Amino acid sequence: MGNLKGHNRDLAERAYRVRRNAVLMGEVQGQGYIAQALDIADVLAVAYFHAMTYRPEDPEWEGRDRFLLSNGHYAIALYAALIEAGIIPAEELDSYGSDESRLPMSGMASYTPGMEMSGGSLGVGMSIAVGMALGLKRKKSNARVYILFSDGELDEGAVWEALMSAAHYKLDNLIAIVDVNNQQADGPSTQVMAFEPLVQKMEAFGWFTQRIDGNDLDAVVGAFDTAKDNAEAKPRIIIADTLMGKGVPFLEAREKNHFIRVDPHEWQLALAALEEGRQS
Amino acid sequence: MTKPVPSTSKPRLTTSAMIASIASEGQRTQAAPFGTALVELAKTRTDIIGMTADLGKYTDLHLFGQAYPDRYYQMGMAEQLLFGAASGLAAEGFVPFATTYAVFATRRAYDFIHQTIAEEDRNVKIVCALPGLTSGYGPSHQAAEDLALMRAMPNMTVIDPCDACEITQVVPAMAAHQGPVYMRLLRGQVPLVLDEYNYTFELGKAKVIRGGRDVLFISTGLMTMRALEAAKHLESDKIDVAVLHVPTIKPLDTETILREARQTGRMVVVAENHTIVGGLGEAVARHMMLNGVAAQFRHIGLPDEFLAAGALPTLHDRYGISTQALVDQIKAWQA
Repeated sequence: MGNLKGHNRDLAERAYRVRRNAVLMGEVQGQGYIAQALDIADVLAVAYFHAMTYRPEDPEWEGRDRFLLSNGHYAIALYAALIEAGIIPAEELDSYGSDESRLPMSGMASYTPGMEMSGGSLGVGMSIAVGMALGLKRKKSNARVYILFSDGELDEGAVWEALMSAAHYKLDNLIAIVDVNNQQADGPSTQVMAFEPLVQKMEAFGWFTQRIDGNDLDAVVGAFDTAKDNAEAKPRIIIADTLMGKGVPFLEAREKNHFIRVDPHEWQLALAALEEGRQS
Repeated sequence: MTKPVPSTSKPRLTTSAMIASIASEGQRTQAAPFGTALVELAKTRTDIIGMTADLGKYTDLHLFGQAYPDRYYQMGMAEQLLFGAASGLAAEGFVPFATTYAVFATRRAYDFIHQTIAEEDRNVKIVCALPGLTSGYGPSHQAAEDLALMRAMPNMTVIDPCDACEITQVVPAMAAHQGPVYMRLLRGQVPLVLDEYNYTFELGKAKVIRGGRDVLFISTGLMTMRALEAAKHLESDKIDVAVLHVPTIKPLDTETILREARQTGRMVVVAENHTIVGGLGEAVARHMMLNGVAAQFRHIGLPDEFLAAGALPTLHDRYGISTQALVDQIKAWQA
C-alpha cells in the first residue's frame, strides 16, 4: 500500500481487516470461498467505508444504501465487511457456517443483519435490485441500491432481462459491481461461456459502464465516485477485474479453483502473508 | 399422444380465443372482476402497485394501469424479472400485484418465486390467468399442475376462486393478508354464480354451499360452479348432492373438510380443475387417511398427461370436468 495516501490508506487498512476476517472464518470451517473473499475485499472496503451511507447500529434504517449480494456464496466476504462495519459483532466470526449461526455458508436475508436478500440461486439478485431501485424512486428516497454479482452469473438469462429493464426505467440509483475473477464452478468463466466483450455489451444495454482493476484501491474509489456523480439517467455498472486469492501470494499462485483447497497449517500462513502485505 | 385424425362425421368446434370467457351459454357474467376490485381497493390502499409481464390486458390488470398509470409497471415479457422485481418493491414496503399466465409464473419463474418471494417472505400477490385447463392452446398454455407446484412452496397461500362474486372478495382479503399469495384468475366475462348462495369468502375457510345426503362434492375454483350445476341436474335422478367449496388450497381448512367427510353415508368426490397429481384431491385424501375417515372416496381431475389442443367445451367433456361429465360420472358411481 506504499503509494496510497490519506483516506485511501485507511481504506487499505479496512481491506486488510476484511481479508483477515474472511481468513479467520475460513479457518473455522476449514474450507470456503476464501479466494473470492480475498479478491473482492477491496471493492467491499470501498463500498462500506467510502461510498455507502448506513447506520451500523440500525441495519434496517430506512435511509440506508442497500447492498445486495446476488452471489450468495460470497457471504464469507460480506460477513467480513459487515463485522468490520460494526453491523455484525466480531464475536460471531467464530460461528461462521456452524449450526445455529447467523452466518450461514450461503447468504440469506432472514439470517443476518445487513443481508438484504437471499442469494445462492445465482442470477436472481439483479431483478430484486431493479425492484428495490424502483421502490426507492417511488419513495423519493436518496438511497442507492448497490448489487454485487459474479461473472458466472452473466450466463443466466434472467440477469439480462433485469439489465435491460434497469436501463428502460432509467435507474440512476442503481450501481452494480460485477466481479470478473474469471473463475466459476466448471473452470475459467470466459471458457465456460464467452461473455466478452463486456464493456460493449453493458453499454449497448444502456448502462453507464466503467471497467477497472478491482484490486487497485485508487481505481475502485474513483469508479465508485464516478458512478455516484455521473449525471446521466442510466444505471451504473463497475466491471471489476480481480485476482482470486489477492493478498495471499501462495493462494494467488495456486491453481485456480472455484472452491480452493487450503491445508490446516496454511491458514496461519495466509494470515502472516496478509500481515506482511499490510506493512509493506 | 397420437395425432388427431380429422373427422368428417360431425361439426367441430373451433379453438376459442385466448381471452375467451369460460362462461357457458346464457350464464350470468361480470366483466373483469379482478381488475375492477383492484382499482377500487387501490383508492385507499396507496401501497398497492400493479406489475405484469406483457399480459396486462390478458389478466384484467390494464384497468389498474389505466386508473393509476404511475403505479403500474410493465416488466416486458420476462417473468423471472417480474417476480424478482416484485420482491424488491415489496422489500421497500409496497404491495405488488404481479400478473401473468399460470404456466409462466409456476413453471418458468418457479425458482424466482421460491427464492425471492416465498423464502424471503415478501408481500407479493401473484395473480395468474389460464389456470388448470382454461385454454385450448395445448400444454404451453395449460397450467394443469399449478396448484401442485405452488402448494409445495413454504409460506405460499394458494387460492382458487370459483367466480366473479368470489374474486371480488378475494382481492381485498389477499391484500389484507401479510405474505405471499398465489391466486388463480378467471378474467374477462367471468361467470357469476355464488351471489345466489349469499356466499362470503374467508381466507382459509371452506364453505358448504348446499347440503345433500348421497354425495359430497369437495370442489375448488370453477369446479364448484360445475358441481352446483351437476347437483341441480342430479335432483331429477333422486341423487342428493352436497357441495363443499374449498377456495383456499393452502392453508387447507381441514377441520371443515373432515367434519363434512365424516358425515356417514355420503360418497366423497373431490373435483378440481387440475391434474390428479398433487392438488386438492391428494390433499383431502391425506387428511382423511391421517384422521381415520373411511368414507368412499372418488377423485375428478385432469389426467396425468399432456392435454390436447382444441375447443374448451370439447376438452372439458373429454377430460371429465364439464357439468355433463360430472353428472354422468356421479350417476355411474351411484348406480
